[in-house]
Amino acid sequence: MSACAQDASLPHRPAAFPRAGSGWKGEPLRLAALLAPAAAVFAAFFLLPLVRLILIGAGGAEGWSAYLTTLIDPGHLDSLLSTLALSAGVTLVTLAVSTVAGLFLVRHHFPGHALLVALLTFPLAFPGVVIGFMVIMLAGRQGVIGTITQALTGGKLVFAYSMAGLFLGYVYFSIPRVILTVMAAAEKLDPRLEEAARSLGASPWRVVADVILPALKPALISAGALCFATSMGAFGTAFTLATRINVLPMTIYTEFTLQANIAAAAALSVLLGLITWAALAVARSVAGTSVAAAG
Amino acid sequence: MPDSFHLDAVPIRLERCGKTFAGSARALEPLDLTIRGGETIVFLGPSGCGKTTTLRIIAGLESPDPGGRVLFGEEDVTALPIERRNVGMVFQSYALFPNMTVAENVAYGLKVRKLPRPERARRVEEMLDLMHLGEFAGRRIDQLSGGQRQRVALARALVVRPRVLLLDEPLTALDAKLRDSLRLEIDRLLRGLGITAVYVTHDQGEAMALGDRIVVMAKGRVAQIGTPREIYYQPADGFVADFIGTMNRLGGTVRGGMLNIGTASLPWSGADGAVELLVRPEDLALASEDDGHLGGSVAAAVFLGDRTRLVVEPTDGPALTVDTLGRSELGRGDRVWLRVDPARVLAVP
Repeated sequence: MSACAQDASLPHRPAAFPRAGSGWKGEPLRLAALLAPAAAVFAAFFLLPLVRLILIGAGGAEGWSAYLTTLIDPGHLDSLLSTLALSAGVTLVTLAVSTVAGLFLVRHHFPGHALLVALLTFPLAFPGVVIGFMVIMLAGRQGVIGTITQALTGGKLVFAYSMAGLFLGYVYFSIPRVILTVMAAAEKLDPRLEEAARSLGASPWRVVADVILPALKPALISAGALCFATSMGAFGTAFTLATRINVLPMTIYTEFTLQANIAAAAALSVLLGLITWAALAVARSVAGTSVAAAG
Repeated sequence: MPDSFHLDAVPIRLERCGKTFAGSARALEPLDLTIRGGETIVFLGPSGCGKTTTLRIIAGLESPDPGGRVLFGEEDVTALPIERRNVGMVFQSYALFPNMTVAENVAYGLKVRKLPRPERARRVEEMLDLMHLGEFAGRRIDQLSGGQRQRVALARALVVRPRVLLLDEPLTALDAKLRDSLRLEIDRLLRGLGITAVYVTHDQGEAMALGDRIVVMAKGRVAQIGTPREIYYQPADGFVADFIGTMNRLGGTVRGGMLNIGTASLPWSGADGAVELLVRPEDLALASEDDGHLGGSVAAAVFLGDRTRLVVEPTDGPALTVDTLGRSELGRGDRVWLRVDPARVLAVP
């Protein structure tokens, strides 16, 4: 949305700014004028294509019922469910790994601490294609895991070109964002709260369940929603690993470019958008307003 | 107060409890101290004096340096973590659980102890009533004032019937008026419950009002242990004298059993030579020129209602603070004479 913000600040039309003496009557007009550039960009790059997309989805031979047909098509439904399962799995694993690691990094300072944090946030710099490439290097046919397992057991373990490879890549890709959010939230925890719980007899695990996790909850929901949305829509990694991986963005790509089934591709796109948006909306209502940034 | 609230009074013994934090100077010199069962002991001192470290060693949040031991009654608890010591803690920042209601906060320790639900509810209600918090049972923490929050924190700490109650600057975050009323309430509670209590503060007023005994600390060492009266009237050294209340310093010389200050010679037992004398503001009396010992002029007069505090600049020596009657009409520039009662003067060598 940075393009949008830039555009809003660009025009300098004196006519749009009434003189200060004109009173409150000019105020709505002035606000409308100030909003106009942003509204124009929003309309041009979001609203129009979206409406067009929705219309295309209904523009096939079946009309609006194409949405229902697309949804209940076994191939598409399967793709949708596996994408949901993958994203949910990635979100849960990422949250678990990042919470443990983030808390540890906030509580313990050791030589190389800053370097480790910097390394952990490194994947933020990679596009999906590079992540996919790295998964292949690790678990592909010539990968490290394959070589090691062959030396040890004689059988080669290869899982890069499947859901498992994609799962690994997404978790790797998601950890930095979640870890940074968890660390920011964990630094604000009041250590006295934990000491109070312990003085009342709570074991370390109870302190985690009763004090630390409730305090981190808004941050975890917000980071989790973002992680889920990213996994739902990510494409580059899947594309690098294998064209046959059955996730929704790949299905949309296949329908669009290979089958030229534009109506189905459009319907699936709208569906993907709706589900992801709904996930963010639910997260926002559960966590309060703190997910606004993620939306 | 109902009988069920009366708690076992457990004595606490610290043996050679020192504390050195990694990479810094020693926070606490090895300390031996016995806290009697049911006694309220106050650790008093400026920040960084080791008072909070001592409290945290008793709590089990810090372990003493090797060789130190903490005993609750006959039981050596040195190796036990705080969650197995059965202590109650109250913090300056309240440290209430924000995701729980008032009643849930108070019930937390009982829930952790797996008390059956009806028993839990009964004890929580009893405790909320004792702390005048009954009407707030269902409130969220952020709907309470600071004073109410600290009362919830006290209720939460006491409902589990701890062996010792540990209070770390519990009134510091409150404004002056609330501080006074809550201090009275804490006093009433501690006396009523008969619990052993350790109270940490930097406020000498709180220390004097609450402590059966006060441990004055400075730079990781105990400067003096005594009742509030002993600490106030017989300070062990200049630091304690300055830290507790206001203390004047007067220079004098002793020669042949007589103490010479200002224009006066007073009978005095002590070796010849220069002495520094400590006098409280209320122990310096205004007098006429004939029976005054020290002359000076009023540099400032502060009306405090019940008394007027004068700052008097003597002809030589540092300024003296003198408390006189509230209705005193003296003002800046007036000549005054002060009388010193040798019985109320302390000499530091």
